[in-house]
Amino acid sequence: MTAPRSPGAATPTELPSAVNPAQLTIAELRAAYASGDLAPADVLASIAAEIDARDPAIGGYLSYDLELALEDAKSADLSLPLGGVPIAVKDLINVKGHPCSCASKFLSGSYTSPYDATVVRKLREAGAIPFGRTNMDEFAMGSSNENSAIRPCRNPRDPERIPGGSSGGSAAVVAADIAIAALGTDTGGSIRQPASHCGIVGLKPSYGRVSRYGLVAFASSLDQCGPMTKTVADAAALLEAIAGPCGHDSTCLETPVPRYLDEIGRDIGGLRIGLPGEYFADGLDAGVRQRVEEAVGTLESLGAEIVPVSLPHTEYAVATYYIIATAEASSNLARFDGVRYGRRADSEDLVSLYGRSRDEGFGDEVKRRILLGTYVLSSGYYDAYYLRAQKVRTLIRKDFEEAFAKVDLLASPVSPVPPFRLGEKLLDPLAMYLADIYTISANLAGICGISVPCGTVETDGSHLPVGLQLLGPPLGEAALIRAAHAFEVGRPTG
Amino acid sequence: MDIRRIAALARLELTDDEVPRLQGQVEQILHYVEQLGKLDLDGIEPTAHAGELFDVLREDGTEGPGLSREEALANAPLVAQDQFRLPKVVE
Repeated sequence: MTAPRSPGAATPTELPSAVNPAQLTIAELRAAYASGDLAPADVLASIAAEIDARDPAIGGYLSYDLELALEDAKSADLSLPLGGVPIAVKDLINVKGHPCSCASKFLSGSYTSPYDATVVRKLREAGAIPFGRTNMDEFAMGSSNENSAIRPCRNPRDPERIPGGSSGGSAAVVAADIAIAALGTDTGGSIRQPASHCGIVGLKPSYGRVSRYGLVAFASSLDQCGPMTKTVADAAALLEAIAGPCGHDSTCLETPVPRYLDEIGRDIGGLRIGLPGEYFADGLDAGVRQRVEEAVGTLESLGAEIVPVSLPHTEYAVATYYIIATAEASSNLARFDGVRYGRRADSEDLVSLYGRSRDEGFGDEVKRRILLGTYVLSSGYYDAYYLRAQKVRTLIRKDFEEAFAKVDLLASPVSPVPPFRLGEKLLDPLAMYLADIYTISANLAGICGISVPCGTVETDGSHLPVGLQLLGPPLGEAALIRAAHAFEVGRPTG
Repeated sequence: MDIRRIAALARLELTDDEVPRLQGQVEQILHYVEQLGKLDLDGIEPTAHAGELFDVLREDGTEGPGLSREEALANAPLVAQDQFRLPKVVE
């Protein structure tokens, strides 16, 4: 485990000679570049050496390409907001010339991205260098990273335990200090939950805030890409770089991007924070509850007004999500047919070529979701399942609209339980789905959310991280960042 | 639920040993989601999309060339005469 760092805005850093640059935050790395203590090529080489030495025990990366990154580093403009900063990228985000396997046998070893995703183009425009492809649940389907078809990923805080998912690799490499920061994606909690389990910051932007162009789609009405970082300030810096309109994604909003970094250090006096009773009900681990209640106490001591609120349709969120997400997935994954890219089974019959390529290429969880999604969309069942779920989605959205009429933000746990042991829930897919209860509603409603570390719970001798979730209304990222940062620096440590 | 029929619709050629396992798991999840049947949803509009519904328009034009033929075919498992090669579909 690594020592806690002092979070906050850019502060000049004294660098001991033996420092591992991957321990630094974005803000610290930029300060080290500015003072001439470090140069991008050396940083990349050091991170690569750290990955080689320590990632075999973690499994956070699926690949990295030092040569391509060093090429990018030659032209790095250090005056830009993310100049020369290496960013690890979840393996479903296209970076031209790099593999993009989605941790699936369908694409692994056979696919090279022909273009940059918009988030990657924007990262490059801000001076960043995409470096390293992070492990994940196959096609982002899972909450533990155990559905990676390539290799398991472990929680750096306790290697017997899962890092969370689906962006488990992105969370693990940031937590283990083998990355400065990373991009993840969140369809039902896949940024916030692994951030919570690994003890880092993870922000899911509002639907439409960040372009989805160039992300391999799982559920198009739910997916968002966002930052996974060591500090709230770093999350603000990364979000500022990747957010904003995109001519290739018609769901991406035109609304101008605020200066999120300006929120760092602002006080939260008078901010109204709602506590949804349904998110503190039965099933919440006692230790997690205690940490989150303490965190709420801290927010109150910082001047926030705590208000009880209700999200009455919470109990239906998991069922609604697993109908809508699987329906969209069954449609999106139709593109993997063995014809244009990826795995191809040997067959003289076209339909069998499709069917066998897909059966050989996809893992169990992906097949389950395709089957479920196909069923709920099939003739005779559409109204009973899919249309019904879309109507419940309206009710869930209205719950949040009513809550946000009374309060600025909501506070809750991220996950009802600390990270469990590898293999513990693998045979019970439904039990795994139920643990998504506090995160999936945000995707159904299109709102934004962040997980920020709020301490640890001790289980069997391990100190396991707990995340505080803050949720904000659509395009409410500025208040989210303000409150998360105030909490991060105002929280009693020890 | 007939898992083989659904698998055929989804173009998934399941092996014999996969069928009982996946059928059991999918049925368990379906049983769970049936709780939505308890809700009275009369008069509730469906939500297809979390964002505000809006039409995005742009000038009708091109942004320059897309992928070249070579780039578009670079990831293909089988290429013949600069095209994706498939098994014969017409006798």
